[in-house]
Amino acid sequence: MSLLTVSGSPHVYSKESVSKIMYGVILSLVPAMLVSFYFFGLSAILLTLTAVVSCMAFEFIIQKYLIKGPMTVFDGSAIITGILLAFNVPSSLPLWMIVIGSAVAIGMGKMTFGGLGKNPFNPALVGRVFLLISFPVDMTTWPKPTEFSTNLVDVVSGPTPLAVIKEGVAAGRPVSELMAEVPEYVQMLFGNMGGSIGEISALALLIGGIYMLIRKIITWHIPVAYLGSVMIFGGILWFVNPEVYIDPVFHLITGGMMLGALYMATDMVTSPMSYKGMIIFGIGCGILTMVIRVFGAYPEGVSFAILIMNAFVPLINTYVKPKRFGEVVKNG
Amino acid sequence: MKTFTIGGVHPPENKLSKDAAIVALEIPKSVSIPISQHLGVPAVPIVEKGAKVKTGQLIAKGEAFISANIHSSVSGTVSKIDEVIDTSGYKRKAVIIDVEGDEWEAEIDRTADLKKECNLTPEEIIKKVNEKGIVGMGGATFPSHVKLIVPKGKKAEVLIINGVECEPYLTSDHRVMLERAEEMLVGISIQMKALGVEKAIIGIENNKPDAIEHVKKIAANYKGITVEALKVKYPQGGEKQLIKALINREVPSGKLPIEVGAVVHNVGTALAVYEAVQKNKPLIERVVTVTGVNVAKPSNFMVRIGTPVSALLEAAGGVPENTGKVVNGGPMMGKALNNLEAPVTKGTSGILLFPQVASSRKPLHNCIRCGKCITVCCMGLEPYFLAVLAEKNKVEDCESNRIMDCIECGSCLYICPSGRPLLDNMRVGKSKVGQLMRSRASN
Amino acid sequence: MNEITLYSVISLGSIGTLAAVILYFVAQKFKVIEDPRIDLVEEKLPGANCGGCGLAGCRALAEAIVKAESLDGFSCPPGGNAAMQDIAKVLGLVAQESDPMIAVVRCNGSRENSPPKVKYEGAMTCQFAHSLFSGEGGCPFGCLGYGDCVVACAFDAMYMDEKTGLPVILDDKCVACGACVKACPRNIIEMRKKGKKDRRIFVSCINKEKGGPAKKNCAVACIGCGKCVKECKFDAIVLENNLAYIDFNKCTLCRKCVIVCPTNAIHELNFPPRKVKTEEGTPAEA
Repeated sequence: MSLLTVSGSPHVYSKESVSKIMYGVILSLVPAMLVSFYFFGLSAILLTLTAVVSCMAFEFIIQKYLIKGPMTVFDGSAIITGILLAFNVPSSLPLWMIVIGSAVAIGMGKMTFGGLGKNPFNPALVGRVFLLISFPVDMTTWPKPTEFSTNLVDVVSGPTPLAVIKEGVAAGRPVSELMAEVPEYVQMLFGNMGGSIGEISALALLIGGIYMLIRKIITWHIPVAYLGSVMIFGGILWFVNPEVYIDPVFHLITGGMMLGALYMATDMVTSPMSYKGMIIFGIGCGILTMVIRVFGAYPEGVSFAILIMNAFVPLINTYVKPKRFGEVVKNG
Repeated sequence: MKTFTIGGVHPPENKLSKDAAIVALEIPKSVSIPISQHLGVPAVPIVEKGAKVKTGQLIAKGEAFISANIHSSVSGTVSKIDEVIDTSGYKRKAVIIDVEGDEWEAEIDRTADLKKECNLTPEEIIKKVNEKGIVGMGGATFPSHVKLIVPKGKKAEVLIINGVECEPYLTSDHRVMLERAEEMLVGISIQMKALGVEKAIIGIENNKPDAIEHVKKIAANYKGITVEALKVKYPQGGEKQLIKALINREVPSGKLPIEVGAVVHNVGTALAVYEAVQKNKPLIERVVTVTGVNVAKPSNFMVRIGTPVSALLEAAGGVPENTGKVVNGGPMMGKALNNLEAPVTKGTSGILLFPQVASSRKPLHNCIRCGKCITVCCMGLEPYFLAVLAEKNKVEDCESNRIMDCIECGSCLYICPSGRPLLDNMRVGKSKVGQLMRSRASN
Repeated sequence: MNEITLYSVISLGSIGTLAAVILYFVAQKFKVIEDPRIDLVEEKLPGANCGGCGLAGCRALAEAIVKAESLDGFSCPPGGNAAMQDIAKVLGLVAQESDPMIAVVRCNGSRENSPPKVKYEGAMTCQFAHSLFSGEGGCPFGCLGYGDCVVACAFDAMYMDEKTGLPVILDDKCVACGACVKACPRNIIEMRKKGKKDRRIFVSCINKEKGGPAKKNCAVACIGCGKCVKECKFDAIVLENNLAYIDFNKCTLCRKCVIVCPTNAIHELNFPPRKVKTEEGTPAEA
């Protein structure tokens, strides 16, 4: 008999592990990925692949030569960052740009702070916002979705539904007139609209989100608080003046809302720890998104809203504590 | 079905020995009986080297209020009073007795007759429980007579009997409920009399339907005793969790269950109280589950206190070749043994053997802040945060974040996907906060 | 100059002036008059804030010295006598010479001398391991080897030897602040006199068990045989609880006890190699 092991209790361990969680997220992203491949064709596949490979490569290099810690490339988190970064850019983006985006996402967004678990901001969003500010034209040229094509050049581009509304309202046109220029809701639900690679199909993202809920990778608190506050905030505005403000359902299914609420905001590392904190975080994200969308300069505000709320997470964690046993004594 | 509300986990139950009837284990050639088998002040030995002792004779006296008497579990000669290596590898003082026959103290009633009537006053009952060295049999080994004395100004309303056995693998309480229910219920009514309460609730998790049915049937003949089936969730056997589950009251932070009018005892303790009060039998033997996935014969033994663990393993079919860890107690709260010759004590509820593959922790990662530890914490604490505070020696912050509420149930470490040693660090933090509180109290 | 510029200059200028006036009065109101000597004393201290003096940091020591108007009972282990002399000059006081000290690890239970009997898993801190069990080597007094002392050392004067699993103290870096002594849950590390030419003799074991059990866990344990006590002509060694202890104030570094120890538990440091003696034909171990 070899040496007995001595350790503190407990002596049984759950089957949860970091890589299981990460690969669970990756699996849940598959439906949205397939939709994006269908609508944007080969260019989407190439972009996603490039982002994943370069994210992993940057993590490997930094881990090996700068941090010199245990190798974490295959725990799956770099793959998620890569996929999410690719999901957040238009399919016409040049490949070298996404490589730069990956470097920023992994290097600046994650490894600077000490790797997975230490980063205050969602790495994919850090990369995306960096690209958006550095290459505004390339990042806002949205190819029109077509059926699967291997065509890499000569794509027809057009504005996203959100941009149509934003520019139209700014030009003083009523919403009812602008609605004719955007696809129908059912079309948008399936993803047939202009936009970033992964954000287009709310339905596919919802399927993935439900899978994550079942696997207990995420809890309902952040998505429900996020989407709910967008719904309520948008609803109030719509109620006030439906000719200037578009209805809340439109806000929910367009832009990066679903992707943000289900995947970006729920990122474990950069969201609050307690349920109460998660709800506050979700509401904050929702209100900020709507403020940026309706009153801000950008047509889309999901990434900025989540990044701003990420910065509040330590504060939320400090002041919002879980409900403690024996704190509120109700006898009877 | 009732259960507690905050936190909790569902580790695989693995109750392998639930159908194995309790078998009396052969008395070993020599026993070593530690003088400290309970929480509180160690007992003082009152026998000398070379003294002849009978089974059930008092050999060490618990002189302080929170202490317990120790009795000889065998008859024979005291060969020495020396230090023996205990489960953790540290030396503890023990009385070592060489066994000669099995001659019992005359006053002990060894017949199997059920003695229902108890005409003693509450004070006499408590005195007897104290004399016979009864301690909590669930594992915490808190002297039972202390729990039967209601402090001044407080009122006990209900006696809660813990038949939950929420720890995976363990089946000793389950078997007691099946085989000794009648005696146990008499013990419960004695405890009720001592406390002056009219009501007792036996909480049993519904993974033991046979026990629920059996105890329910017999309890129908006893006034005021009810059986409540509970939803399976660990750590339902925790005192505070069980009170919450059964009578929906929360024991305030840092207070005892009596604050909400409840007193909690284990089913094993109820049986021991019956034997002590009605049969004059001190706590000299207990039911120990010996189990594990590779154990040849998962069993429940009636073991004399002081028997070496190795004798139990032998009787259960020997130690499997690939054993990597031996645990004293349940898998969630038990202590890993580093020495198989350590004696069985009053708190040993089980001996578990884990194969090598199952005895290692998960590989260590950074904390990914998933918050699962918060979700499962049955006291509503933040284990990830407390562990870091303890690691960084922030003792006062640990205290203000209520580290002392932690009941060390182990759910956080069980669930953590990153394999962080959360509970290990929190234990260090707790002991430091304890030191701080003591130094404050002495100033 | 257009109007907007003018208004800005006037309004911002007046706000600034107002703020400056308020600041001036607030500063006057809350002014703290401090003894200027505290700063002078603090300058002479190393500024490591190690806590070796027993106070919260260098500033706290400086304040305490100035307040006491005396250097008695104060010492700065990292600064040593030089720092205290400097402070004495500043304050016009007399500093007492104190012997330089150094941390000494009194355990030699390496993996070879005390082979592991069990495997430990969990938080790699001595604090926790100490509360959990007696240690992988089995000795309830010996070094656990998880390096709480190394973590505590603010001067990089310690490291864990990978091979032996024991901490090693670097003589030239150790300032005797005592952080490691406090960090060790088993009180293995002791502050001892640095000794002439850094030479030291000490019993590298603190096991209070009887000879048999002690030897069972570790080949180089002190078994309390008392040979060294008999050998010492200066009454520097006492035997208590089966454990020999060398009083460093009485020890004359004669090295006689080192040779007689049957388990090699007494260590000598920084001595020149011994001349090979040919008594009884067996050379003494060096």
